[in-house]
Amino acid sequence: MAQTYDGTRPWVLDPQVSLRPEPFGALAYHFGTRRLSFLKSRTLLEVVRSLGDQPTGDAACASAGVGDGELPRYRTALATLAATDMIRERVGP
Amino acid sequence: MTVLDGTRPSPAPAAHGVPPAPAAPARASSLVAQFERGLDAPICLTWELTYACNLACVHCLSSSGRRDPRELTTDECKAVIDEFERMQIFYVNIGGGEPTVRRDFWELVDYATDHHVGVKFSTNGSRITPGVARRLAASDYVDVQISLDGATAEVNDLVRGQGSYDTALAAMGHLADAGFTGFKLSVVVTRQNVAQLDDFKALADRFRAQLRLTRLRPSGRGVDVWDELHPTADQQRDLYHWLLDHGEDVLTGDSFFHLAAFGEALPGLNLCGAGRVVCLIDPVGDVYACPFAIHDEFLAGNVRADGGFAGVWRDAPLFAELRSPQSGGTCASCAHFDSCRGGCMAAKFFTGLPLDGPDPECVVGHGEASLAGRNGDARPASSPDHSRRPRTSRTSTATATATDTAAATPTATAPVPVSFTRTPPERSCDEHPLAGSALRRTVG
Repeated sequence: MAQTYDGTRPWVLDPQVSLRPEPFGALAYHFGTRRLSFLKSRTLLEVVRSLGDQPTGDAACASAGVGDGELPRYRTALATLAATDMIRERVGP
Repeated sequence: MTVLDGTRPSPAPAAHGVPPAPAAPARASSLVAQFERGLDAPICLTWELTYACNLACVHCLSSSGRRDPRELTTDECKAVIDEFERMQIFYVNIGGGEPTVRRDFWELVDYATDHHVGVKFSTNGSRITPGVARRLAASDYVDVQISLDGATAEVNDLVRGQGSYDTALAAMGHLADAGFTGFKLSVVVTRQNVAQLDDFKALADRFRAQLRLTRLRPSGRGVDVWDELHPTADQQRDLYHWLLDHGEDVLTGDSFFHLAAFGEALPGLNLCGAGRVVCLIDPVGDVYACPFAIHDEFLAGNVRADGGFAGVWRDAPLFAELRSPQSGGTCASCAHFDSCRGGCMAAKFFTGLPLDGPDPECVVGHGEASLAGRNGDARPASSPDHSRRPRTSRTSTATATATDTAAATPTATAPVPVSFTRTPPERSCDEHPLAGSALRRTVG
């Protein structure tokens, strides 16, 4: 069920994922897949946390202060999270 | 000790290199450097719930057998779980002893998962009935690791005891029948079973389990048998290539990072996580730096103290020391130091080698020279010993052999060599911290 990330679509953190902030960013653990990921920056943590409240993935990046120049890197990071089921496309409003 | 047992997507955090944030460390080693300084809470920890065990594996890391009367009570265990929840420790590796022999075992598992603390427990399989297997299969928050140290009964039972192979296979069958896929088949690699790696893999595949291989440590009773059981240099090389070939399919708990000096790094975090991202809580609440170091030397405190587990993790002087910059000692000048980082602290300690020198299984051979250069038997005994039969001092073991018949006698003065005939052993001796989880490297 891994999904392909599209920044123009709405996303949300999988409900089975827990985030633990750390100085370097955060640890993310998926209880279903038992997979651990490292979010390597606090900004990425902010992006991931706000996904559910933003209309699109790109909007979540913007709201966390990610500039246009950095957007591609964040999209790549989010794509990795989507590929491992940490985040998933939101259905509905 | 290693630690992040992860799995594959290897971690060399650096390799990825796409730190998303500007602030993200650009250097490859930045994440490892963070880990070396320690985190506010362990990424994962091992919790031995009891020293009681219905087996008596010759290499048991925790010298288990008899229950300790000071064992944490059910309420004390729940208080510890409450702390895990507050510290956001995602999951714990529960072992022993055989943890399922505790009467409150399932109650504690339920309590943990109800409090957002996932559980992976290691077992010899003796209590995994069809009913238990169905119940386990129904939970997303519980993972199971079946210990087996031979792909055949002959090889396994010599180490874990008569009948333990059949017990483990029956448990695996129950889990598979219940639809529990992806449980772990956990194997400590030894001189006797290293030729069976393909067979172990086939066995895991047959039960839709995942194979997990870990390193034999000279810890606990393991110190008595390490000389006879640890893989030879040639076997280590074969193991290294086998692991490289199997990549993500096989978990290792980053157990074999000392093999990285052969060349290409194996997947996983390349560092000793002791006291930094990993630790061990024993049945009486003592907190040790790592699962392989149950010895006063590595005792950081006790969860019954005022500050609880969090206080020990954050403030123990021992942990502060482990998190401070370490010199490479005599290894610092070796061309392979960046790969193996000097190897495993516990392996050195329990073989009587200096902690700032080479690992006893150093793949470029420095370990052998160090072992040869020891004065007499410098090996320390592990402190707590709950073996059901008294052990002899290690001094005699060097000459013991696996066929030593003295081992079969109950008297304890015989060399305990690989007393391959006792009853089964147990304890899944390997805990590792992120065991089982897929250490998905980094995002960003």
